[in-house]
Amino acid sequence: MKKLMLGNAAVASGLKDAGCKLVSSYPGTPSTEITEYAVKYKKDIHCEWAPNEKVAMETAIGASFAGARAFCAQKHVGLNVAADPLFTLSYTGVNGGLVIAVADDPGMHSSQNEQDSRHYARAAKVLMLEPSNSQECYDYAKLAFVLSEQFDTPVLLRLSTRVSHSTSLVERSNDGNGKLKEYEKNPGKYVMMPAMAKTRHEVIEKRYSAEKVWSENSDINTVEMNDKKIGIIAAGITYEYAKEALGNKASYLKLGCVYPLPAKLITDFAKKVETLYVLEQLDPFVENYCKTLGLDVRGKEEFSLLGEYSQALIKKVILGEEVEYIESGLEIPGRPPVLCAGCPHRGLFTALKQLDVFVSGDIGCYTLSSLPPLEMMDTCVCMGASISALHGRNIVRPDEAKKSVAVIGDSTFMHSGILGLVNIAYNRTNSKVIVLDNSITGMTGHQQNPTTGKRIDGEPTTAVDLTALAHAVGIERVVVVDPYDIPATKAAIAAELEIEAPSLIISRRPCALLKEVKHNPPFSIDTDKCIGCKACMKIGCPAIKMSGEKSVIDFTQCVGCGMCTSFCKFDAIKEGK
Amino acid sequence: MTKAIMIVGVGGQGTLLASRLLGNVLLFEGYDVKISEVHGMSQRGGSVVTCVKFGKKVASPIIEKGEADIILAFEQLEAARWLPYLKKGGKIIVNTQCIDPMPVITGAAKYPENVIETIKKLGVDVTPVDALKLALEAGNAKAVNVALIGVMAKQTDIKYKVWTKIIKDTVPEKFKELNLKAFELGYNLK
Repeated sequence: MKKLMLGNAAVASGLKDAGCKLVSSYPGTPSTEITEYAVKYKKDIHCEWAPNEKVAMETAIGASFAGARAFCAQKHVGLNVAADPLFTLSYTGVNGGLVIAVADDPGMHSSQNEQDSRHYARAAKVLMLEPSNSQECYDYAKLAFVLSEQFDTPVLLRLSTRVSHSTSLVERSNDGNGKLKEYEKNPGKYVMMPAMAKTRHEVIEKRYSAEKVWSENSDINTVEMNDKKIGIIAAGITYEYAKEALGNKASYLKLGCVYPLPAKLITDFAKKVETLYVLEQLDPFVENYCKTLGLDVRGKEEFSLLGEYSQALIKKVILGEEVEYIESGLEIPGRPPVLCAGCPHRGLFTALKQLDVFVSGDIGCYTLSSLPPLEMMDTCVCMGASISALHGRNIVRPDEAKKSVAVIGDSTFMHSGILGLVNIAYNRTNSKVIVLDNSITGMTGHQQNPTTGKRIDGEPTTAVDLTALAHAVGIERVVVVDPYDIPATKAAIAAELEIEAPSLIISRRPCALLKEVKHNPPFSIDTDKCIGCKACMKIGCPAIKMSGEKSVIDFTQCVGCGMCTSFCKFDAIKEGK
Repeated sequence: MTKAIMIVGVGGQGTLLASRLLGNVLLFEGYDVKISEVHGMSQRGGSVVTCVKFGKKVASPIIEKGEADIILAFEQLEAARWLPYLKKGGKIIVNTQCIDPMPVITGAAKYPENVIETIKKLGVDVTPVDALKLALEAGNAKAVNVALIGVMAKQTDIKYKVWTKIIKDTVPEKFKELNLKAFELGYNLK
């Protein structure tokens, strides 16, 4: 029976039906739901959130070597973290099939860059499949395990936001079995040191040739001949856009395998059509390959290296057609994402704003504090960089260390912040690190992590003791604050900034969206007392707005956190009943 | 012929559940269905859009400018923002609720006035609904999404019973009564 499935859910079903035994991932939009859906099959698949993508991939490697089919998922930048194991895993190959999902984010809906993960396939010499809808997410996930074992290679499954987060129909087929393969000790294959790796390098070059032959003949690279004036080479979601835009007005070579690319298939297709376009988001990966084959192809010169493609763009560029539409003529203010009503980060960043400090930032919901009205983040590069970058800054600007802090979420701290803290203790700067401990991985939609005391399925486990950890690495000063109490938070941070030693400040209050967090009834404005001074607006809460001359609190949003009350000098904000 | 319905609103208003309900109803009716959602950062109080497309065979899950047959707007400003995505002759169902975006809260921008009237004057078929009132009548402000689905359901040829069956199948047990009530209030709105 066909069912509607999110692309990511379809990948998870594919894992189940391929007999995958282990899934280890770190959350990252748009890849997160694969692992969350896989937990639904926890009877058959062991699932876990790892502290970061490198640990996740290495866990999957261990399971694969031991003979099990294993899987890990990450967003594009997550694969940077796991790139070290990936490149050598290519040399060792696998025992049980090993599939690595990597989800790109063209258009950067929820990412800090727009990198194209296909380069990893070529650089690490690893086969890469790219599905274009949920059915293919399911089919390719299963196929990837077969190919992994057939060619003794990890297989990359490349997703993108629109494939991962689109829902379409999926029909599942018969289940695979989850039996372990035999493990045989084989240092020549599994211990990568120069002598062995030299031999393995030969093996992977031969493997590449064999994979190329497969790619030329595989039924996931398909040709559909229609009108021969226009020929389209596309993969993934871009193929769906092209079909929508051009229908039977073009012929198609749809690539299910984007590495290795099928040279003969491409050349033969090129001969059959008058004008050949390569449609691909981000980098000219396929286009450049076609050019090395000496083919006359059109692509990036007419399209773009930036952002997403669409059916409208393809229609416009190739057919010269534009769709008519109406506009309201109104000036429409933007609606950027905001910290939620009751978000504990708001309290912490309000205190930092009052202290007027430099903030070395990190990746998470709290990155939103860089937007108005808080505007309290100076830098943000990648997971964990807040801490190490503050250390570097404080070395070259020691006089400003008393006006500088790093902020990092609990999950991001676990991911790659800890070593930065070790470095601060070891190489000694008076750096002040604030961990925003909201008891969850927030931005990706509430995942457990090693600080929360719960595993992926909610089962209780040990929780990392941040205070003990700081002490163990050589940070003696640890302070815990409640960010809902803004004056006390400000005072505590101000005191730490004056001290000539590194400090860890834990700003602890659970995310307001967590189910187990009990909310107070919504607050309201006493209109007799409110003079409309707008002091309460400074906190940037989405639940407070002006209505005429007075402020009002939106009862559908207010969670009764009370952080706004410290701003009102007229006692006009009333607790709810 | 592929049909396109766009659900727009503010992160946290429940547009995802609305699109799932709609998708399952269309699947039950025998259509090929594709839905495109937004997760992650933009969900945090930002402008969110979900595309639901159905027909004999759907290719792209995305709706582009001038392609939507119906826009179901959970908020007035979002109706105006996404209006260019409406097809000529398309319909808009709009919740009359206004949620100030941060640039308005901080005073950097103004919430436009007479949004619904302005859209109507362009000759667009607009159905304004006080869905918050309906949701509160049903028992919880969070049921705005299903109340709006109710209003839209009335404008389709799909049977009432199909909608209520899918709501029963999709919504968790403890919210069933609330959502069925909200749907009914939307559906029977005069």
